[in-house]
Amino acid sequence: MSEIGAFESALRARRDAGGKILVPYITGGLGDDWLETLRAVADAGADGIEIGIPFSDPVMDGPTIQEANDRALEHGATPASILSAVKDADIGVPLAVMTYYNIAFRAGDVRFANDLASAGISAAILPDLPLEETGEWTEAADDAGIETILLAAPTAPDDRLPLICERSRGFVYGVGLLGITGVRASLAQSAMDIAGRLKSVTDKPVLVGVGVGTPEQAVQVSTVSDGVVVGSAIVNRMLAGAGPEGVAELVAEFRSALDA
Amino acid sequence: MADVAGTVPEPVMGDPSPEGRFGRFGGRFIPETLVPACQELEKAFRSAWGDPEFRHEFSSLLADYAGRPSPVTEATRMSEALGYRVLLKREDLNHTGSHKINNVLGQALLAKRMGKTRLIAETGAGQHGVATATAAALFGMECIVYMGEVDIERQKLNVFRMNLLGAEVVPAMSGSRTLKDAVNEAMRDWVATVEDSYYCLGSAMGPHPYPWMVRTFHEIIGIEAREQCAALLDGGVPDVVTACVGGGSNAIGIFSGFADTDAELVGVEPAGGAAVGRRVPGVVHGSKSFLMQDEVGQVLEAESISAGLDYPGVGPEHAHLADIGRARYEPVTDDEVVEAFQFMSKLEGIIPALEPAHALAWMMKARDELAGKTVLLNLSGRGDKDVAQMQKLLSGE
Repeated sequence: MSEIGAFESALRARRDAGGKILVPYITGGLGDDWLETLRAVADAGADGIEIGIPFSDPVMDGPTIQEANDRALEHGATPASILSAVKDADIGVPLAVMTYYNIAFRAGDVRFANDLASAGISAAILPDLPLEETGEWTEAADDAGIETILLAAPTAPDDRLPLICERSRGFVYGVGLLGITGVRASLAQSAMDIAGRLKSVTDKPVLVGVGVGTPEQAVQVSTVSDGVVVGSAIVNRMLAGAGPEGVAELVAEFRSALDA
Repeated sequence: MADVAGTVPEPVMGDPSPEGRFGRFGGRFIPETLVPACQELEKAFRSAWGDPEFRHEFSSLLADYAGRPSPVTEATRMSEALGYRVLLKREDLNHTGSHKINNVLGQALLAKRMGKTRLIAETGAGQHGVATATAAALFGMECIVYMGEVDIERQKLNVFRMNLLGAEVVPAMSGSRTLKDAVNEAMRDWVATVEDSYYCLGSAMGPHPYPWMVRTFHEIIGIEAREQCAALLDGGVPDVVTACVGGGSNAIGIFSGFADTDAELVGVEPAGGAAVGRRVPGVVHGSKSFLMQDEVGQVLEAESISAGLDYPGVGPEHAHLADIGRARYEPVTDDEVVEAFQFMSKLEGIIPALEPAHALAWMMKARDELAGKTVLLNLSGRGDKDVAQMQKLLSGE
């Protein structure tokens, strides 16, 4: 049994207190005020936050996060600029980065893991690094104390889920539907199904993301899961220029819906 | 049968490792949603390829529908002009006008065997899109082709062809709006439709088993060429085998026939898309290979006159062949390609596609080095699709 890291500890604390976990996603480097947004989102009741490090070819992401990526990159965002901004900020909740594997691979697994750790990042999500390819990265991440969060998709056969849960740190990220990130009109049945299947094989926190776009959908899936990851709905607000307060307002709506 | 002498030498281009690696390249770097699909595909491909009935059906389609074998032509006038013997493997004479049909017929047959009803494809120049649309029409399947908005503009004729064949062409509007972005869109579609859709990837790239499977379906090029060359060369092989490389499917097909011989293998990349030439490893679109990228790992946009080679990555087996020194990779500029395009048209009465014109451009540059040798060029496609673009360019518009 591995030691439980800061990200997972914070999530467990919420769950142990009988609450539902809320992990919002924001795109790093999107706009001049993204760091204030990060703080405001933490203050609005996030249990942890995912910070997207933009990548040129985000194959798991839909139009919203693609656009956020492009804008941040045009704005000059780099892994280093995002990490150094975070390093000096006191956010108050544990942070994870979400990026694609080439960003880590290009820097070098060990160097990237160490860079994350020295920026005060607790965890990492690399959506194009499935279980079979995690070896070199997780070795570096484990050594640096970075929790590697793995995704579990509706397409996984039953015998695959325990393997994913076993290797995942921080939480287990249940993919709510067949498809890429983005807000959908209603919650897919597959979100409930993957939550149930994961809860039956692991004690680690199970969060569902991808296609969880409204407080109602978050509440619905959290009747089975331990909580949710909310990305595109929040990034939509950022793209619309809502500013830190506007984004925090939405996060607060999710928080109060989950607490109700 | 055991070799009497003991050990059988490992073939240079053997099967990848169980993890889908060619040396340090390859693998399966894809969203978790697609992992079971790739595992299922690998299993289905292994079983199909071991099934004589599937092999027979595939061979029959290649012969009776695609028109194989494609001939090898002595390029007499080019040989005279260049000072060495030039042989052309005529993949341009296949149905749909390029080598792409080999792979597509194989994959469509496999899709049918797997019970899939919808084919997804990406396309650059449109050759793979046309080939996939053709196979979809042949098998009565739905077909959706992602194509960069920029490529749609420069390859209008192929877009029309795909529509005529019943396929839907969807513009990829993100990033450079070329082949790379078309692959992104195709993968996004596949993530959402994996249960009934089959991703018919057009080059020897992507997650395992694609690089290996696509090579296998194109090995027919090398098998035929080896035999045809033997007949022309008193049982020998050419001194040099050359082909253009974007993702690298036509090159991997012809290389496979000569990897275990003394023939030198030369892949030719556009200077603006020379992934192997730059030698920087990276991970995108499912595999680890050489990849054009900036210092933090953002993928760069390739720049080439040829939509089919306008790709910042390269198939992992090419990276491996370069790594072990079995093949070398040379860059050529757009201007050199334009010259080669006209050279072959005038001297041989064959209008080549811009893609194989790259390999010819290298041959023209390397005249001194090649003097007195025999060079086999894989003429991977015909140039009909490129004439409108070339007309514009050559008339100074």
